[in-house]
Amino acid sequence: MLSRTADSLYWLGRYIERAGNNARGLQVALRMASLTRGVDQRDGAWRALLVASGCEPGFRATGAAPTQEAVVRHLAADPANPSSILACIEAARRNARAVRTALTVDMWEAVNETWGEARRTTEATFAPDNLPAFLDWVKSRTILFNGAYADTMLRDEAWRFVRLGTMIERADNTARVLDVHHHALAGAEGQGAVAYVQWQAILRSVSALRAYHWVYHARLEPQRIAELLLLRPELPRSVIACYARIEETLEDIAVAHGGRRGECHRLAGEMHARLRFGRIEDIMAGGLHAFLTVTIDRNIELGRQIQDFYLQA
Amino acid sequence: MTQTTPAFDEMTTDGLVRGPYAEIARWLAATPREALERRRHEAELLFRRVGITFAVYGEGGDPERLIPFDIIPRILAHAEWEELSRGLAQRVKALNLFLLDVYGAQEILRAGRIPAALVRGNEAFRPEMKGFVPPGGVYTHIAGIDVVRTAPHEFWVLEDNCRTPSGVSYMLEGREAMLRLFPDLCARHRIAPVGHYPEELLEALKSVAPPNCRGLPRVAILTPGSYNSAYYEHCFLADEMGVEVVEGPDLFVENDVVHMRTTTGPQRVDVIYRRIDDDYLDPRVFKPESVLGVAGLMAAYKAGNVTLANAPGAGIADDKAIYPYVPEMVRFYLGEEPLLANVPTWLCERDEDRAHVLGHLDELVVKLTKGSGGYGMLVGPHSTAEQRAEFAARIRAKPADYIAQPTLALSTVPTLVEKGIAPRHVDLRPFVLFGKEVRIVPGGLTRVALREGSLVVNSSQGGGTKDTWVLEDDPADIAKPTGGAG
Repeated sequence: MLSRTADSLYWLGRYIERAGNNARGLQVALRMASLTRGVDQRDGAWRALLVASGCEPGFRATGAAPTQEAVVRHLAADPANPSSILACIEAARRNARAVRTALTVDMWEAVNETWGEARRTTEATFAPDNLPAFLDWVKSRTILFNGAYADTMLRDEAWRFVRLGTMIERADNTARVLDVHHHALAGAEGQGAVAYVQWQAILRSVSALRAYHWVYHARLEPQRIAELLLLRPELPRSVIACYARIEETLEDIAVAHGGRRGECHRLAGEMHARLRFGRIEDIMAGGLHAFLTVTIDRNIELGRQIQDFYLQA
Repeated sequence: MTQTTPAFDEMTTDGLVRGPYAEIARWLAATPREALERRRHEAELLFRRVGITFAVYGEGGDPERLIPFDIIPRILAHAEWEELSRGLAQRVKALNLFLLDVYGAQEILRAGRIPAALVRGNEAFRPEMKGFVPPGGVYTHIAGIDVVRTAPHEFWVLEDNCRTPSGVSYMLEGREAMLRLFPDLCARHRIAPVGHYPEELLEALKSVAPPNCRGLPRVAILTPGSYNSAYYEHCFLADEMGVEVVEGPDLFVENDVVHMRTTTGPQRVDVIYRRIDDDYLDPRVFKPESVLGVAGLMAAYKAGNVTLANAPGAGIADDKAIYPYVPEMVRFYLGEEPLLANVPTWLCERDEDRAHVLGHLDELVVKLTKGSGGYGMLVGPHSTAEQRAEFAARIRAKPADYIAQPTLALSTVPTLVEKGIAPRHVDLRPFVLFGKEVRIVPGGLTRVALREGSLVVNSSQGGGTKDTWVLEDDPADIAKPTGGAG
């Protein structure tokens, strides 16, 4: 496969996943904002979302205060923010169009129709009353895309690169969501109602609130939340679930290429092992934030290694 | 602004339906207007969904536009097509022999049959190709010959496209749309299939593999990228042929061999169907600032390590100033009389021609010798006095840039327009493949001028397309009264 094709497929997977993650994040922040009292707490929720989505530096550069209106605009619609939902849809479609022939018709239609509708959004789409419907729509479109490629693509190289993009992006998102709330999980902010709302928010951000109850049959508790999102392979958005798929996918590509491997394969294996054999007690004792910082940094490094080895060969 | 002479309508002549259109006339008479409208709308949705668009960036508005598709097919009987395709094959053979000659011994110039200055001083003539014979001696692997019709047996070649003719995806997708929307109507005709065009193209490309190719030739399509107006077509053909569509940066040349960058490392490429212009092919030989091409490509080509289709320099054969001499080429190289007529053409750089053109601007069509896409054209009978004055001044200033031709009464075919079904002027671009031999898929791209009375069919000027049906039989020529259709 052309390196450029692999690159476009990988970024197609990443951008679609990022659009969906941003929609989830915005949904949760909206909910937090309507539950919390006081301007400070509300702005805190929006600031946390900016950090979790990796958009905080870009937002700060705009000079705006982190009000609901400004953050929503920045994360949902701002064409100048490459991670805004609309920018992600545009970029996903640009990548899809560049590799039309590598996609199935269903994948293409999922992306192309999403793009067509996104182009028809207006200022009113992002008004408080309309925003939830828009976010639901984004979520459902990303699920449609993920379903289209899961159901219609040959399990060949093209599929592997899209999946790699999805999983790298998802691992990054889950780790960041946890990290931005590590204070709440470390117990520094007490066990009151506020903390409880935050714990719920973390789980909702990765669509895992119900899953928590199914897995633990117990009330929310910081260590279990961290364990679920980091170490439980049965949760599709946990970091370990992403890494299991990343390692497997990289291995499948290597086997198809006659065993050609690089640093990306080693790093993915190391990351997966660290999660497979790690214990949540040790992670909490050593500091959740420290663990997550390493996780996020290495995930970025892995992306760079994949880029070097396959996508810009 | 209507035609001065009534045009030949391919469906109805003197109130009688011509044989090939008998079923169509019946269908149009029996189908309510709303049903046709609904189908037209469905066709549009189909094209939009599949993404069959042509990209127009930098003009504002929707960057990806649809070329309007008309659901009423244009039909040619078997015998009509046979007559036409023999003429096309003859013409393309002659054009190819001309290219072989002008980059070789230049016998036609020495024999004085074509003015040497017209060739040697021409921008489309590539001195870099002199003395080099492309693999198989083929220059124009894919030619699009634009043909117009003025009477049942009168076909004229309006222009030859020997560089990178586009539009074949519309021929193929148009047929797909018709089969899907009107299965019954299609079944009532014996329509010659066109769907095997990509296979024929791949065969033609593989048959001209370079001398140093070992094993099965690897073919790739070289595109300028996703902002090119024909990008959809490049991907479509690559997909249908099962080959890669590459951009310049995907390729590199090492030791005069072309490779593409892949996830498994470099892979050798043997035949490149290039859809970028000569000027951009290789920054070392042509425009140095080109980022679309590949440095060293021409050296690899000359070393016999890669085939370029169409060959660089093929454009000299379709130059508008060379066009008047194509019949001469047929006589010179093949010793035959041309089967397809040329439209009489006046070259404004010749004094007597220019005088004639300036005196008859209101009757003639004036075109730029370097123009395409229907831009910079004057259609005399439809022009205003100011437009004619403006063109007269331009012709006097740069006579070599202009040619003129009589305004032909292009044939019409019934077309679904705003106010119902009405005749609209059409042309036809069949695609002629040349590998080991000449192959023509029966049909082509029919372009239709959707504006009433307009003779300009280009999509950039409000043109649409129609599916072109070549029948495998010959219905009795003039059949029955129209029965209210038309």
